Amino acid sequence: MKPARFAYHRPRAREEVDRLLADLGEEAKILAGGQSLIPILNMRLAAPTHLIDINGLEDEPVEPGLADGVVTLGPLVRHAAAEGSRLVADQLPLLAQTLAHVAHPAIRSRGTVVGSIAHADPAAELPAAIAAIEGEACVRSTSGTRSIAARDLFVSHLETALEPGEWIEEVRMPVQGDRGSAVEEFARRQGDYALCGVVALAARRPLSRVFVTLAYIGMGPVPLCLELPELSPSELAGAPLEDAVRELAHERLEPEDDIHASARYRLWLAERLGVRAARRAAALPEKR
Amino acid sequence: MMYAGPAERVSITLTVNGDVHELAVETRWLLSDVLRHQLELTGTHVGCEHGVCGCCTVLVDGRPARSCLIFAVQADGADVRTVEGLAGRDGRLHPLQTAFRRHHGLQCGFCTPGFLMAALPIYREAPAMTDQELRGALGGQLCRCTGYVGIVEAVRAAAAIEAEGDAT
Amino acid sequence: MTRLFGEPVERLEDLRLLTGRGRYTDDFAHDAAQVAFVRSEHAHAQIRDIDVTGALDVDGVLAVYTHEDLDGDFANPLPLLVPHEGIVAPRTQYALATDEVCYAGETIAMVVATDRYVAEDAVARIRVTYEPHPAIVDLGAAAEPGARVAHADLKDNVAGQFSEQKGDVDAVLAMAPHLFEWRFEIERSASTPMEGRAVVARYDASDDTLLVYDSTQAPTGIRGGLAALFGVDLERVQVVAPDVGGGFGVKIMQFYPEEVLIPWAARRLGTPVKWTEDRREHFIGSNHERKQIHEVRVGVDDDGRILALETRFLHDSGAYCPYGLIVPVITSAQLPGPYKLEHYRYKFRAIYTNTVPTSPYRGAGRPQAVFVMERTIERVARELGLDSADVRRRNLIQPDEFPYDVGVSFQDGGPTVYDSGDYPRCLELLLDAVAYTDFDVERKRAAAAGRRVGLGIGAYVEGTGIGPYEGAAINVLGDGTVTVATGLSTQGQAHETVFAQIVADELDVDIERVQVTTGDTRRIGYGVGTFASRSAVVAGNAVKKAATSVRQQALEFAGRVLEADRDDVELVNGTARVKGSPQTAIPLGRLALVANPLRYAYGAEATEATELARKAYASGDAPLPEGSTPGLNAVEYYSPRCGVFGFGMHAAIVEIDPDTCNLLIRRYVIVHDCGRVINPLVVDGQVRGGFAQGLGGAFYERIVYDDTGQIQNASFMDFLIPYATEVPEPELHHTETPSPNNELGVKGVGEAGVIPVSTVIANAVADALGRPIDSMPLSPWQLFDMLHPDPAER
Repeated sequence: MKPARFAYHRPRAREEVDRLLADLGEEAKILAGGQSLIPILNMRLAAPTHLIDINGLEDEPVEPGLADGVVTLGPLVRHAAAEGSRLVADQLPLLAQTLAHVAHPAIRSRGTVVGSIAHADPAAELPAAIAAIEGEACVRSTSGTRSIAARDLFVSHLETALEPGEWIEEVRMPVQGDRGSAVEEFARRQGDYALCGVVALAARRPLSRVFVTLAYIGMGPVPLCLELPELSPSELAGAPLEDAVRELAHERLEPEDDIHASARYRLWLAERLGVRAARRAAALPEKR
Repeated sequence: MMYAGPAERVSITLTVNGDVHELAVETRWLLSDVLRHQLELTGTHVGCEHGVCGCCTVLVDGRPARSCLIFAVQADGADVRTVEGLAGRDGRLHPLQTAFRRHHGLQCGFCTPGFLMAALPIYREAPAMTDQELRGALGGQLCRCTGYVGIVEAVRAAAAIEAEGDAT
Repeated sequence: MTRLFGEPVERLEDLRLLTGRGRYTDDFAHDAAQVAFVRSEHAHAQIRDIDVTGALDVDGVLAVYTHEDLDGDFANPLPLLVPHEGIVAPRTQYALATDEVCYAGETIAMVVATDRYVAEDAVARIRVTYEPHPAIVDLGAAAEPGARVAHADLKDNVAGQFSEQKGDVDAVLAMAPHLFEWRFEIERSASTPMEGRAVVARYDASDDTLLVYDSTQAPTGIRGGLAALFGVDLERVQVVAPDVGGGFGVKIMQFYPEEVLIPWAARRLGTPVKWTEDRREHFIGSNHERKQIHEVRVGVDDDGRILALETRFLHDSGAYCPYGLIVPVITSAQLPGPYKLEHYRYKFRAIYTNTVPTSPYRGAGRPQAVFVMERTIERVARELGLDSADVRRRNLIQPDEFPYDVGVSFQDGGPTVYDSGDYPRCLELLLDAVAYTDFDVERKRAAAAGRRVGLGIGAYVEGTGIGPYEGAAINVLGDGTVTVATGLSTQGQAHETVFAQIVADELDVDIERVQVTTGDTRRIGYGVGTFASRSAVVAGNAVKKAATSVRQQALEFAGRVLEADRDDVELVNGTARVKGSPQTAIPLGRLALVANPLRYAYGAEATEATELARKAYASGDAPLPEGSTPGLNAVEYYSPRCGVFGFGMHAAIVEIDPDTCNLLIRRYVIVHDCGRVINPLVVDGQVRGGFAQGLGGAFYERIVYDDTGQIQNASFMDFLIPYATEVPEPELHHTETPSPNNELGVKGVGEAGVIPVSTVIANAVADALGRPIDSMPLSPWQLFDMLHPDPAER
């Protein structure tokens, strides 16, 4: 399975990427980690006439950064770097938890966080993570820059809100603070795309109540988020949580049938995994 | 900025197992193919070309990577390590290789180079890992022959074999 | 010197495989032109036109071929490999399709180019005009009268059918106290070795010879076929199976189209040609297996003793039947397993469907047989309120009943006669190892805690070591190296080590001096192939015979040289000497040189040999005695009268996760018996590997077709071979019940690990859920549907 030919560009600066996209339009695809794109090219499921390899961009941070309470990840921050980052462990454990479920070590050493988000596969983990934490994508083109909130970024299966000529130069995720998090997923094999997964974020509220957001993996054309009602610790431990998850899941999620799972089974998983993730996320640490 | 047309050959410098190679490659040629057919380092194997089986795993700049999911042109200037570079130049086996032999960690041998290279970054931590952790660290590598028992035992035993070797 | 037979000797082949110096077929001939194929997009269609003009313009294309270009016998359908009287409508495909294609993946056109990238570019530019027909995919539907046909020229989809009976099933069923009828279904799966198929061919016009490297399990078969197709003497064609990255049956199939087309193209073009299968091609162009549907009728008494059993089953042949009826024949012969079935009848129909053809995959029909028999036992036990272990005990063939004639034909055409075994002991060992009698308590305790656990067991008998024969050619070289060649090939089974152990023991030489080559017709031209768990038995015994012959020659010749009685000579540590007199020792290598009486001394070692010749003339004897050959070498063949039967029993304790409905294997216990064990490291490896493949087949792997005949999961992303994280370590126990039928007492073990696994998992799940499981494989989704049935579907 060998790819078709393409013209190959290796820009050195972000501005060059802008210009290439403006000139080449639909005919060009950005090559970052390549772990999603190259299998598609090898199988000739796509044959872009131009590839823009951004791995040559100079002076790009390879580690996540922190600015004004926000964790920043440039276009060449690999999954492995983010996963192993001290900064991420301290400020955004949700991201590290998510990355542990992404594929396998050899994939994580090449794949990029920005690339995975830009690929917008609802069966992937990172789109759900950025949706859960309500991060944003910083997008640029020859026309300038703008931000797209995570919840507006994903339009459909493999489709983002980016306009032609735009690309994501950075993603930003607010620090987690004292919010708890957990990721639950069920995949047939470790590292596979999950049949269903959920990224849970639990925020403290007065009187020990907890507000949980569940961002789902593989349960619709985009990562769908459920915001549970505020629950007390005993409600979290019991039926009220389960009822809330079940009701919201049935109302909001849009699972599909495929050869690995029926929509009905996926919905079941969404309930069970959502409940598990909510409980784990809500097992809040003492003040950091 | 670098540019190459669709059929153009590009000059790259690939350091493989410490040897520097100047090559002319088409931009679409996969690193796995260039290693195997241009450099005739056939130890790296191709099992799927979509990143799932891990037979093609090599080290790129010290990290495990699927050589079937990297264009050779992307590896320009990179330091690549393959199974051929694992044993010493004097032929002395790496502890991982000794361990695989001792624990019957291979049968047909096709997945073995991929496993060796995937294990290379982690074998010293392996003795401290639980069984599931170690299997997870070797994740993404398929074997159809062994049922994995010998492989896991071998990776777990390699650090001790290394210590044995240092002591003599 | 310690004997090596039975020792866990580390493998000789490992050194090169661990250092990246293995030589798999794609590793050869970097200068060769490379091939890619146009394969049918439709499961069933007429080809109206093939327009290759677009491909001819692609830079780097050397040739594009369709059926029109094939000449002589190459234009005919590929051979039907194993004829059988039951085949009624034989169909094999053409190497390149003519006007009809019958499965998606069938080869239509071949592009030869400077490299595979260019070849694929050219393939993409070839336009085939199809007139599609609706496809028939479902096995049950294809077997119905009036079904849509998979082949336009056939009136139905029956490729073949066969039936045999032992005793009088109808009479006994009519009188049985209890009569049950059940249906069992096993889905399609595939071997999927890590190395796909590959063929390299070099034609030398100067002497009209062809050298082919093929990732095959049967190089001698390929050689014979190619020689016949080209119409040349066998000597003009050599086939080598080099290092092969796994076979598991898919590579025993001969002839895949590529195996004849690549040599044909090499000869036509006068340039080396290579084809290396990619993973997608493997799913649509390399054979599958497993799919069967059984309707069983069984009559039992109140104690669960089986009085009579009948199975009528459908076997999915796929679009063609190149391998004949072997797989359903094996299912039929092996279905009784370790049980005494005095009255047994089978009737099968092999049915065409518009899918990839089927041929053996590790187990080759036995996994299906075990599923049917063992699920039947379990259901009988349930129905009668009996413990299924007791039901098994009552039905097992007893140790004093061997040889035991099952009463139906085996795959080699002879009767199915079990040579030896101790099934009751195996069962007791297994039950003890898994703490069977304690499990009831365990299950209840778990249930009280809201956990679903189950225990399942299963038994199998495996016919192994069938003929017709294998050979071994052994030669002692001047430096003491002992070369051994056998015609069958290797895909990871440690032949280089196991056969070396036999020779090292026989000749008392260091095993590192023994060099085994397999699967190279240049070294030995006769052989059959590696399949049906036969290598250790058939080639092993041939190696033993040849080694014995070399030993006799060495003793004989050493006696003459040392001027001692033959019985006073011994082989010790790579030398021959007078018994107890180390000072008389002659290294075996020197002996071999001296045993080749020479006139011309081409080197120092040969000088001694010429001396001997002069001595012999002086003494009035012929230098080369009547009946002997120069040097120390022998070629011997072993041809078994019948197969030998390994056996085993497995047990699994499983738990079903209440949240995910995933299956957790808490324990998996294996008791297996392959007769005498040559290398326990290797045997354990085979069983563990088989178990992993069996687990894959039980819970992860199946080929999914949609109803238009397209495979839905033709990649490793969706055909789920388990990783190390999914495969637990099984507990192994083994017993050795030697075979009386061969000198080494060995039985095959290559397939043992996989055969009962699906069944044992099914039995364990049935136990956990308290309901029958009558189809395999399972999945978490299916478990969910069983635990939480859809109210809408009631």
